[in-house]
Amino acid sequence: MSTNEYTEKVMDHFSNPRNVGEIADANGVGEVGNAKCGDIMKIYLKVEDNVIKDVKFKTFGCGAAIATSSMVTELVMGKSLDEALEITNQAVAEALGGLPPVKMHCSNLAADAMHEAIKDYMSKQNK
Amino acid sequence: MKRIYFDHAATTPTDKTIANTMLEYMTTKFGNPSSVHSFGREVRKEVSEARENIAALINANANEIFFTSGGSESDNFALKGIAFANKNKGNHIITTQIEHHAILHTCQWLEKQGFEVTYLPVDEDGMISLDELKAAITDKTILISIMFANNEVGTIEPIKEIGAIAKEHGIYFHTDAVQAVANVEIDVQDMNIDLLSLSGHKFYGPKGIGAIYIRRGVKIQAVQLGGAQERNMRAGTENVPAIVGLGMSAVIAKRDFVEKNAHLVALRDKLIKGIQEQIPDIKLNGHPTKRLPGNVNFSFRYIEGESLLLSLDMKGIAASSGSACTSGSLDPSHVLLAMGLIHEIAHGSLRISLGRDNTEEDIAYTLEVLPQIIARLRSMSPLCAENSLGVTAKECKTCYKK
Repeated sequence: MSTNEYTEKVMDHFSNPRNVGEIADANGVGEVGNAKCGDIMKIYLKVEDNVIKDVKFKTFGCGAAIATSSMVTELVMGKSLDEALEITNQAVAEALGGLPPVKMHCSNLAADAMHEAIKDYMSKQNK
Repeated sequence: MKRIYFDHAATTPTDKTIANTMLEYMTTKFGNPSSVHSFGREVRKEVSEARENIAALINANANEIFFTSGGSESDNFALKGIAFANKNKGNHIITTQIEHHAILHTCQWLEKQGFEVTYLPVDEDGMISLDELKAAITDKTILISIMFANNEVGTIEPIKEIGAIAKEHGIYFHTDAVQAVANVEIDVQDMNIDLLSLSGHKFYGPKGIGAIYIRRGVKIQAVQLGGAQERNMRAGTENVPAIVGLGMSAVIAKRDFVEKNAHLVALRDKLIKGIQEQIPDIKLNGHPTKRLPGNVNFSFRYIEGESLLLSLDMKGIAASSGSACTSGSLDPSHVLLAMGLIHEIAHGSLRISLGRDNTEEDIAYTLEVLPQIIARLRSMSPLCAENSLGVTAKECKTCYKK
């Protein structure tokens, strides 16, 4: 809850987030959360040949929400969709050196947003 | 990096003169005021003097002041002490939705003991309605407890008018004045206040000490039992160093009242104006004029409070927020919600509470840094791009906060 429970890595991703923004010609977009709860994460994907060529995010939320969003984009960049689908919220938190317990369930949804974006991409391919 | 402290509603630094004096009362003048010998006598006199100084700050008599461990204990004492001492007369208490948790949680506990509590709503400025107060009064009402000024948004309630209504109906009136003492003129006679809570560390005194004013003749029972200290009203050896410190902070508050508050109001209004001029899509929370001299509270749309606090902290600015992440619960501030703010706006609130050591330079630096931080966080926010909060109507499928 208190800020000093954030790891250095969390603070690094919060203050210098990677891959912020939108992708104009994204072919997969995923969004989770709700502003009422205080967290919304939106992930944009550019997929080519089943590989994530580009990924960007936009997040409304606390420090952990922004850091996990940033981290998930770093983890999936250049990965195949199968590899990306194996990345869990827990893995994102671990990559950040852990999150305060109170943040684990409310602000650790970045992998879910990324999975939603992949699902969106897949559903478009099947059409 | 220079650090700027903007969280005086949370706590203030203890005045250095006070802290130095307190040390003496731990090391050389360490006696127990209940003792007969000279060690006891020399501190007994100091405790009396502190009591007089506290009384003078709110125009009470010294024998109406009882020392406690702070605001929360005073609030508990007032509510429980009045409720149980007057339960033969009635079981109804009136308070507000925007009280501090020391009041709200005590009221909830009293409900479990069979008392009935009315929680008055507030308007969009955080102000109660006197008509709603009058309408809530029944022949079973024994206590009205309404805070003097709100800790989050700074709104000052119509205390004198409430006191008049309570007196007219023969109902006791308690006010949690923890944020108001030293910042607003308080006269318990003129305002018809029967009980009042105050806390030392909110006005440059030490932590762990406070007081409750109980008008002479009020029927109340002690909550903490044991020795005969505080005329049998609050057992436990007196915290002499802190009592001496509290007395000194009352003297300083009275001496510097006009000058200090003029300083705070000038800084406050400059900061409010600067933020309003530089940052779009904001809302000033709290009453525009009837507010504490040091309170600034804004909601910034499209961003979340904890991100904002972390960003400010990285720039050396210490403030607070009513967002869920900082309230320690899953919901944002109950005060902002009671004022009608929707959750997403309440999540993006920032409270800056100024103190006597803040300067014009602090305000200028904040007005330089804050717009950049807001712009950066908004550039990352999916809400901002859509420039609408329409998305929030959507049901939350993934969020665990239900």
